[in-house]
Amino acid sequence: MPADFRSQVEGLRPYLLRYASLQLRDAAAAEDAVQEVLLAALAGEANFAGRSNLRTWLTGILKHKIVDAIRRQARERPASELEPEGDEGEFDALFDRRGHWQEAPDAWEQPEGALGQKQFLAALEACLRALPQRTAQAFMMREHLGLETPEICKELGITSTHCWVMLHRARMALRLCLDMNWFKK
Amino acid sequence: MMLSCREATRLLSQGADRDLAFGERIALRVHLAICDGCRNVSKQFAFLRLAVARLSQGDDGERG
Repeated sequence: MPADFRSQVEGLRPYLLRYASLQLRDAAAAEDAVQEVLLAALAGEANFAGRSNLRTWLTGILKHKIVDAIRRQARERPASELEPEGDEGEFDALFDRRGHWQEAPDAWEQPEGALGQKQFLAALEACLRALPQRTAQAFMMREHLGLETPEICKELGITSTHCWVMLHRARMALRLCLDMNWFKK
Repeated sequence: MMLSCREATRLLSQGADRDLAFGERIALRVHLAICDGCRNVSKQFAFLRLAVARLSQGDDGERG
C-alpha cells in the first residue's frame, strides 16, 4: 500500500532529523536534507522493494544528502581558512616541555554504564557543540557518518595531515570535556 | 625511539583513521606498556567512538 509506505517513511522523520542535526549544525540545512530524503524515498519506493530495513535504507540516502550539504558549505568557506592547521600548541597546557603529561589522565569508571544514560549523551552533545565548527564536522564525518579520512579531506578541501590534526584535536578536546564534565563531576 | 606522551596521543588518534607504519605501531606499543596515562587515553578514544554511535541510535524508544 503506497499510503502505508508513506506513513512509515514519515514516521522516521524525527529519527532522520536527529541524525542530520548531529552532523549539520545549521538546523535549516538539516531540515532540507531530510526533506530531500523523504521526497527521494517516496519517489523511489520501487527501489526499496525487497530491502529489509526502511530506516537503514533512508539513512543511507541521508548520508549522501548530508555530504552534499557539507560540500556546499566547504566551498563557501574552506576549512583551511576557518581553522588553520596550527602546530598543536593548543595542547601545551596538558604536557610539559618534553611532551609528557603534566597530570596523567585517570581511567574512567564504568564508562559503558554511562552510554545508557540520557544525561551522559546530553553532556557528550554539549562537548561536541563546544568544539570549533570544522573540527566537530570532521570528527562527526569520521565517527557519525563513518567516512574514511580521504573522503573527509576531499569534501572539506583539506590535506590528510590537516584532517588528522583536526581529528586528534577533536578527540583530545572531547576526552578532556567529558573528563571534567562527567567522569570527575 | 622513545615517544613522548604528546606524540603517543597523536598516534593513538591517527591509528583510528589510517594504518600506522610498522615502526609507529612498535613505538606506540612500547610507550603504552610503560605509560598508564596514555593507556587510559587509548581506552577513552575507543569509548568516544562507541558513545558517538549511541547518540543517533540510543533514543529510538524515546522519540518515537
